[in-house]
Amino acid sequence: MTDVAERAASPGLGRRIRRVFSDRPVIPLLILLAILMVALEILRPGIVNERWIANTVKFAIPLAILAGCQTLTMLTGGIDLSVGTVATLAAFVVSTQGMDGGLAWALLLSVVPAILIGLANGIGVGVFRVHPLIMTLGTSLIGVGFLQVYQRTVIATGTKVPDPIAWIGTGLSGGIPNSLIVFVPVAAFILFLQNRMGFGRLLYAVGDNERAARLSGVIYWKVILALYVLSGVLAWIAGLVFIGLIKAPSLSLVEPRVLPAVAAAVIGGTSIFGGRGGYTGTIVGAVILTVLTTLLTVLQMPEGARQMLFGLIVLAVTAAYIRITADS
Amino acid sequence: MASDILLEATGIAKHYGAVVALRDASLSVRRGEVHALMGANGAGKSTLVKILTSAIRHNAGRILIDGREHVVRSPAEARRAGLVSVYQEPALIPDLDIASNLRLTATPVEPFMNWVREMGVPDLDLRATARDIPLAILRVLDLARAIAIEPQVLLLDEMTAALPADLAEKVLAVVRRQGEAGRSVIFISHRMLEISALCDRATVLRDGETVGVVDIGPGSADRIVELMLGARVERIKREIAASSSDAPAPAAKPRLSVRDLSVSGKLENVSFDLMQGEVLGVVALEGQGQDELFGVLSGSRRPTAGSLAMDGRDVRFATPADAIAEGIALVPGDRAEALLMQRSVRENIALPFSARPRNWGPIPLRRQNAVVSEAIRRLQVDTRAQREVQRLSGGNQQKVTIARWIAAKATTILCFDPTRGIDIRTKHEIYHLLRELAGQGASILLYTSELEEVQLACDRAIVIFGGRIVDVIPAAIADEPTLVRAAYGLPRLAPGETAGAGVIPGTAS
Amino acid sequence: MSLLRRQAWVVGLLVLLAALFVFTRIIQPDYGADGFGSLVRAALPFAFAVAAQTVVVIAGGIDLSIASMMALTSVTAATLMDGAGEPFGIVAVAAVLLLGLVLGAVNGILVVVSRVPDIVVTLAMLFVWQGAALLVRDAPGGAASEWLKELIVGTLAVPGVPATITDWVPKALILLVVMLAVVWIPLTRSRLGLSIYAIGSSSLAAFRSGVGVARTRIIAYSIAGLFASMGGLVLTMSTGQGAPIPGPYLLASVAAVVLGGVALTGGKGGLLGPIIAVFVLRLVRSDLTFLAVDPNVTTIVEGTIMVIVVMLGALLAMRSRQS
Repeated sequence: MTDVAERAASPGLGRRIRRVFSDRPVIPLLILLAILMVALEILRPGIVNERWIANTVKFAIPLAILAGCQTLTMLTGGIDLSVGTVATLAAFVVSTQGMDGGLAWALLLSVVPAILIGLANGIGVGVFRVHPLIMTLGTSLIGVGFLQVYQRTVIATGTKVPDPIAWIGTGLSGGIPNSLIVFVPVAAFILFLQNRMGFGRLLYAVGDNERAARLSGVIYWKVILALYVLSGVLAWIAGLVFIGLIKAPSLSLVEPRVLPAVAAAVIGGTSIFGGRGGYTGTIVGAVILTVLTTLLTVLQMPEGARQMLFGLIVLAVTAAYIRITADS
Repeated sequence: MASDILLEATGIAKHYGAVVALRDASLSVRRGEVHALMGANGAGKSTLVKILTSAIRHNAGRILIDGREHVVRSPAEARRAGLVSVYQEPALIPDLDIASNLRLTATPVEPFMNWVREMGVPDLDLRATARDIPLAILRVLDLARAIAIEPQVLLLDEMTAALPADLAEKVLAVVRRQGEAGRSVIFISHRMLEISALCDRATVLRDGETVGVVDIGPGSADRIVELMLGARVERIKREIAASSSDAPAPAAKPRLSVRDLSVSGKLENVSFDLMQGEVLGVVALEGQGQDELFGVLSGSRRPTAGSLAMDGRDVRFATPADAIAEGIALVPGDRAEALLMQRSVRENIALPFSARPRNWGPIPLRRQNAVVSEAIRRLQVDTRAQREVQRLSGGNQQKVTIARWIAAKATTILCFDPTRGIDIRTKHEIYHLLRELAGQGASILLYTSELEEVQLACDRAIVIFGGRIVDVIPAAIADEPTLVRAAYGLPRLAPGETAGAGVIPGTAS
Repeated sequence: MSLLRRQAWVVGLLVLLAALFVFTRIIQPDYGADGFGSLVRAALPFAFAVAAQTVVVIAGGIDLSIASMMALTSVTAATLMDGAGEPFGIVAVAAVLLLGLVLGAVNGILVVVSRVPDIVVTLAMLFVWQGAALLVRDAPGGAASEWLKELIVGTLAVPGVPATITDWVPKALILLVVMLAVVWIPLTRSRLGLSIYAIGSSSLAAFRSGVGVARTRIIAYSIAGLFASMGGLVLTMSTGQGAPIPGPYLLASVAAVVLGGVALTGGKGGLLGPIIAVFVLRLVRSDLTFLAVDPNVTTIVEGTIMVIVVMLGALLAMRSRQS
């Protein structure tokens, strides 16, 4: 059947585009981002200026850090739904302890719940083999309980976000958000970890085929323990940036951003089953979601319609992504 | 008059993107015949099988069943058209009991139970959960389920691959009966002996197209192999023979000493030495304890008694990581167990390098890449589809696993049925490599269910029966009849004696 | 053998529930039929949420949008019955149940057609259904027919049976059992039920066994939607209105599924275990209230219990797999 052979030998433009997308999955995401920005500009001419970009970046950064937790855990086929609680705990501790004891002390205290929850998650998932969804939901619930108790006890003393934190979260220097000082090293670290560190390779390995990893000498619980503690620490950082941005601690400071963080990782091409994906896509995914939120606000839709559209777009993007990168 | 041809596939083509898996495959099965489908891995045989079993759709060509055009959509539709497939992994739902499984597929219970008894499974409890039933029995049940509805065309994919010899014999008998009853069977197998004994004709695929249809008879085996690979098989055999004679005799020093190893219920007081530079074969019927032996030696399983020593030192393995630290690595028979399917060839090979926490930091890329490239070169791994290992053929996948341990400089390699389901050419390449490694001082423990290969690849063989070592046979006299006798726990024949007395099922004369 | 193991889990839960009752009586001596009645009423929406999640989990999936579907069906029911006459209630019930089937079917169709993993699809649909609920009603309101509200209040008086017995059978419990049994029992007796277990156990083996995997998956999600709509109805029936903000039913549904002995990997388990688990969790919460524990600490305790049970369950599963 010569025509079959010929057709296969010289791929048409459509096929070549699909191959490019499949090899460099960030490209369709960037195109989508560009489309969204163009749509925004059309709907509200003049909105896309430096200030808006800076603002978008400011809001995308803590989401992207949170999504980093999801990316790393999803590589192993897991997920971390406790990041919202960890981040909120960090925010609360830092804005209540920082007043008397000084910033360093507050920072040190605020990372403790992050590490404890990370350890609990790591032990639950790595040693007891509890499903990560359940384990992290459970530790999240426990954390929320402690948060509620803590909040009631310190409500009298009031809260104040330390200035350096506020500067990082909200401030601009020459039009560039200060939170980049935190984000750039964090992102660089995550990218280095996933691409060039042995630990990163193990995340992919364990997510792809745990048995194969074990036969190659990988000790599962050690990897998972380290992973969820790392996730907790990243969530702690995100919490600090969030409180610097919002400046008013509340129980629902970060929680509403947890599922969008998962969405950002998924849109960015990280498979929920593990073994494939990466942080580059997640970063773009976080920016896309932030721009999307602006778009929906500009469209002045009622809250309900905004939520529906958000969900539908997440679905459409992931479906398109899967279709583009799948084999025929 | 009813057509003589029951299933006819013509001009089948299938491509994945730019990769052409099939260009012009055809298959013609007569009524009442047992027809073999053969081809080396990469020839397109597995793709054709997937198309016939309705797992994937073809891009071009036609399939006719009993004269009617058949559109491949799902196994349910194929079943309605009269074509039933029995796959390598049993299609029984693991968490349901047998009775529910039968209800699910609307299989009549009486005929099913008759066939099950026919194949030598006496007391089947229909209330048993499929998951709790051993694999070999499950495959028999799968077959019984297929036959019970009396399909016109039965497709058997490597039916005897994981079956003990006695069950395999009964299965083959049943298959023969299908043919006699006027139903057709498409029989896929790598075992030339079975095909010669069972089939009427064989269709051979090579490079994505049908290159010949052979009538089974004297000399057909050679003709088939010739069609499958060209005239290379003699050269490969000569290469292997040459490397065996080139190789220095195994050193007298034991690398791995096993003493009184026991795993309760499965292994009892197994003791042997694996010498430096030798390929030691393990011969056993299914489930005689070889799984447990390999499990213990590779660190996946704890023994209940006994000891291991490496180069004279006592060692104890709690995890595979401990065994790897001592230079022992396992190449499992099931590729899916050892490989990261979504990851690249290079990442798979380099995996052990990152395993220990001290290696979790930055990867020394240049050094690692050099070692990996060398391993790839040595094994001649086809890296065309290197982005994801799952796109490689089975033979190449197995090479990747072995490459991993060569790169990691393993000194003792445990190969558990490494050539299961792999084409002849790759099989011989692997054996050649194992001999080469042994020649350089590595120790290889090789369990293979293909007894005719033992003499080719090993220096000597230990035979395990009922969890104990019952014989140690040097390669010179390790021909298949001798090995089969030993595997059944029968005493060795004195020279001159023939195997007249004592029934040995499974050997074709 | 595994049948016994499965029953063992349910029996264990029943024993736990009984022990909790005894404990409750000890710390609250006047806990009686009334207390039981309010326990059942409080557990109702959770029970339907868990029933919905159980069906999907057995089919090998998960549904994160259950709480949102409950909110949507709740406000729809409340809005339909707002200002309408009493008899209209039956129309509203039928409409809302149908809506539940449709919502679930949409979830299922999207999971099958988009080839996106179900956790992502239902995560996205969580927002969609939630948004839809807000569009129907942007604030709690609406009404419920009186006779509907009566259905879950009090106990059923059976002529000839002494009150001391019927006092312990709240109408809410009967409603729960009837509504679930009407769907579940025929389902598990049918080939469709087998198919649902099959695709959860091994979708490949199911496919090869001739099961219409896509079709069965969609039906499983539809049934989940149906149960969710029953949960939404029950919310409206007990509060007399509809609230568009989803309640804490998602986490509770997943927890009770696990506690109920249903494997998250699918293919095995039943409805009874998770329902009993719901009662266990609710009773624990009541006990903590009786013990005058700070409500925030209650959250900590609930979370800790959930985590411990789940870890023990996983440990047991590991042990049994090794033996």
